[in-house]
Amino acid sequence: MSALLELRGIRAAHERITVLHGVDLDVAAGQVVALLGPNGAGKTTTLRVAAGVHPVESGQLVLGGRDMTGADPRDLARAGVCLIPEGRGVFPNLSVRDNLLMMTFTGRGREEIEEIAFARFPVLARRAGQAAGTLSGGEQQMLALARGLATDPAVLLLDELSMGLAPLVVGRLYEQVGEIARQGVAVLVVEQFAAAVLDICDHAAVLVRGRVERQGHPDGGLRAELSALYLGSST
Amino acid sequence: MDQFLTFGIVGLSTAAIYAVIGSGLVLTYTTTGVFNFAHGAAGMLSAFMYWQLTVGWGWPVPVALVVVLLVLAPGFGLLVERFVLRPVQALGEAERLVMTVALLSGLIAAARWIWDPNVARPLPMFFADRKPFHLGPAVITWHQAITMAVAVAVAIGLRILLYRTRAGAEMRAAVDDRALVGLTGADPVRAGRVSWILGTQLAAIGGILIAPTVTLDAAQLSLLIVSAYTAAVFGRLRSLPLTFLGAVVVGCMESYLTGYLPQNDYLPGLRLAAPALLLFLALLVFPHRRLRGRERRLARVPVPSARGTLVFAAVVITFGAVLASLLGEADLITYGAIFSLGVVALSYVPLAGYAGQVSLCQLSMAGIGAVVWGHLGAHGQLWALAAAILVSAAAGALVALPALRLSGVYLALGTAAFAVILDRWIFTIPAFHVLGLRIALFDQGSVDISGPHLFGLRLDSGRQLMVFAAVCLALASIGVAALRRSRFGRRLIALRDSEAAYATLGGNLLVAKVAVFALASGIAGLGGALYGMQQRTVTADQFSLIAGLPIFLVAVVGGLGAVGNGLFAGTAFVGPTNALIAVAPGTANLVALLPGLAGVGLGHNPDGIVSRFRRQWEPLARDRIALPALLCVLALAWALRFGDVINDWTYYGGSLLLAIALRSWADARQTAPAEPEIPVEWWGLRREWRPEDEEVLARGVAAG
Repeated sequence: MSALLELRGIRAAHERITVLHGVDLDVAAGQVVALLGPNGAGKTTTLRVAAGVHPVESGQLVLGGRDMTGADPRDLARAGVCLIPEGRGVFPNLSVRDNLLMMTFTGRGREEIEEIAFARFPVLARRAGQAAGTLSGGEQQMLALARGLATDPAVLLLDELSMGLAPLVVGRLYEQVGEIARQGVAVLVVEQFAAAVLDICDHAAVLVRGRVERQGHPDGGLRAELSALYLGSST
Repeated sequence: MDQFLTFGIVGLSTAAIYAVIGSGLVLTYTTTGVFNFAHGAAGMLSAFMYWQLTVGWGWPVPVALVVVLLVLAPGFGLLVERFVLRPVQALGEAERLVMTVALLSGLIAAARWIWDPNVARPLPMFFADRKPFHLGPAVITWHQAITMAVAVAVAIGLRILLYRTRAGAEMRAAVDDRALVGLTGADPVRAGRVSWILGTQLAAIGGILIAPTVTLDAAQLSLLIVSAYTAAVFGRLRSLPLTFLGAVVVGCMESYLTGYLPQNDYLPGLRLAAPALLLFLALLVFPHRRLRGRERRLARVPVPSARGTLVFAAVVITFGAVLASLLGEADLITYGAIFSLGVVALSYVPLAGYAGQVSLCQLSMAGIGAVVWGHLGAHGQLWALAAAILVSAAAGALVALPALRLSGVYLALGTAAFAVILDRWIFTIPAFHVLGLRIALFDQGSVDISGPHLFGLRLDSGRQLMVFAAVCLALASIGVAALRRSRFGRRLIALRDSEAAYATLGGNLLVAKVAVFALASGIAGLGGALYGMQQRTVTADQFSLIAGLPIFLVAVVGGLGAVGNGLFAGTAFVGPTNALIAVAPGTANLVALLPGLAGVGLGHNPDGIVSRFRRQWEPLARDRIALPALLCVLALAWALRFGDVINDWTYYGGSLLLAIALRSWADARQTAPAEPEIPVEWWGLRREWRPEDEEVLARGVAAG
């Protein structure tokens, strides 16, 4: 299975402090890859690099065989990369309907997008005229995730989907993520709750201090090593 | 009844113009988060352009309209977006505010430079030759009808654009979260550009429609915006329908006041000040949402040392004495303002620098100080100076009370409204009696002001007054520096950093704000009194809002947290402009542009120039050879100039060159041996990791 999103030896820095020291990662179409690791390992930076929000010092970002290193977030979005950032990836002062309108950049009409979003998350239909900032946390994440559905992305990048949400809601959201992947989308998930995501992913990579320390199938072996990797003792 | 209808129609057509301008203001604010103080100035510039094309060069009206609205206005909007606002986009709200204030001040200066303000420029109304409509007893001219039609079209068009199209959603989304806009495949920069273009076009439409009904004057037209601000505040800066409603209220109120206000000496000013008064009230009455864009990058406020402050004060007095000894009588009046306006600029330091309260009415407070001194201190009694300070402080406290509810843009607007109320109404009131006390302001003209008595000495010559002003500036600087080191100063900075945190720590917001406003206004009042003494006669115009803006700009550029700002702002505001006029008299209008340009430079130096100056000159001040050498040569040069051996240019130019040369020499001497100390934890980050570092660390750990 050839990879849709490839990160090759990515190095990136926050000002003068290098946080990614050569990250290699492949995500194939239809695959859910979990990116795990302790705080400050560089998980979010990796996602931001993949979406073009964070500049790369060296290395390559390849999307469907095309080198997209250094491209604008806007161009990457149009090329099919969809990043749902940490926190709430919605415009709080825009209504739900206007938030959905912002998803029309791929050429889909407004009605079609509303249809897709409301079919998957019926609660949004009831809140269509409300400002997104007044929705509950779970509803806001649904609205953010609707972008991952309605814009037909090739690659979906999810950052801390669970932040600030009840476990029940998190479970439901990840079910949706699994379904999105089954439609052939390459999904890369960053998550603090390793347990929540290990059940649904096909592949997991553990990032420690800016390097991929371990990756493979999320089987018992990786689970067992996880705590050691998080706590930083050598294995 | 007929009269009532007629005034109503006039009011509605004015309201239509305010609505168009106000909606442009709301548009740029909701889509870029910038409250554009220069919005009216853009309209003013468009009106002048339109006059130039039609009347000046005789172009046909439709061609001129197309050129102004579709070419010049969008081009201007793009320029502003690119060169004025994008550089400060990442900075705080205050900086963005300052940029638009700089633009306002700069545009007025530019318009006065290009179009001589002493020439009358009548603009014909649209379709002035057509027969007006008759609506019952009332008459509607074509111009009025067109104005109202345009306002309705603008209302509908904006509504559709903002809430029915993706471009509109993009524009609103860009304010919410610029980064996220990029992730949704849109370009946040483009959204900003579109709204600047549209906003400028709306201002241009308003300017062209209103110009035929008023005189074409740069400051007047730019300040018509106050009415549009009022309309926008009715809409709480975001609702277009409420903005239109506000415009109707303001327009009709102005019109009916014209018609029905009793004619006496005290009230005509009220009509002119009415929009500002209404703005002030609207700001107070309407609940405001927390302002957007609270991400403030708060600058550190330096703590001056006691010794440094004394040295600085000595420098100020010496500078004053040297200038006083060398300048001629006319120059003494011109350059004396370095110290008196310096005191006014210094008042921004505690108010805006420490407490974070942006006020645009400090020069008006100075005006109050000047008037009080002028009337009470006619015989030079020193208690009158104290009275001038106290009355100004009381006026400042009066502003502070409503200001409690306001912050950021709203506070700036409120204080600007206050300044306009003073300009147009209070300062124009003739003398009146309260409880047998005669209270006079500018006596509808000018006030003569004399110098003070000090230790039996009557200070009346320009020379004495300049030294006196320099001593006052030095004392005020020492006072502000002491304030910074005091408990109250720390409280003010806490207040600036977070009002909520300040209140939860047991601080009293009311007391602190009133106190700092009173203090700053007192300082400004002192400055005003000094300025008045030097000028000998003052008029209300010298203390207007427009006159005060450049001082505010220069003070911001200097860096609001620095005590040295008084001297800097005074020197930078008074010095170069007058020196340039002296060299090339034709540039009088051009130099008025300088403060505006300086404001634009803020984007490159957000911490202020004073602190940079300090860093650059510190090596020289600490150098044991260079400093005495400099002082000796300066004293020698002064003696030579005093004895008329060398001329002015040799003296000033030579001193400056010498100081700069010695500074670089001291700089070179100092930096050569010493390497800046870098803490251990930053080794390898702030400087290269060296092979010997590992051993140093190992030894350190072993020893510890």
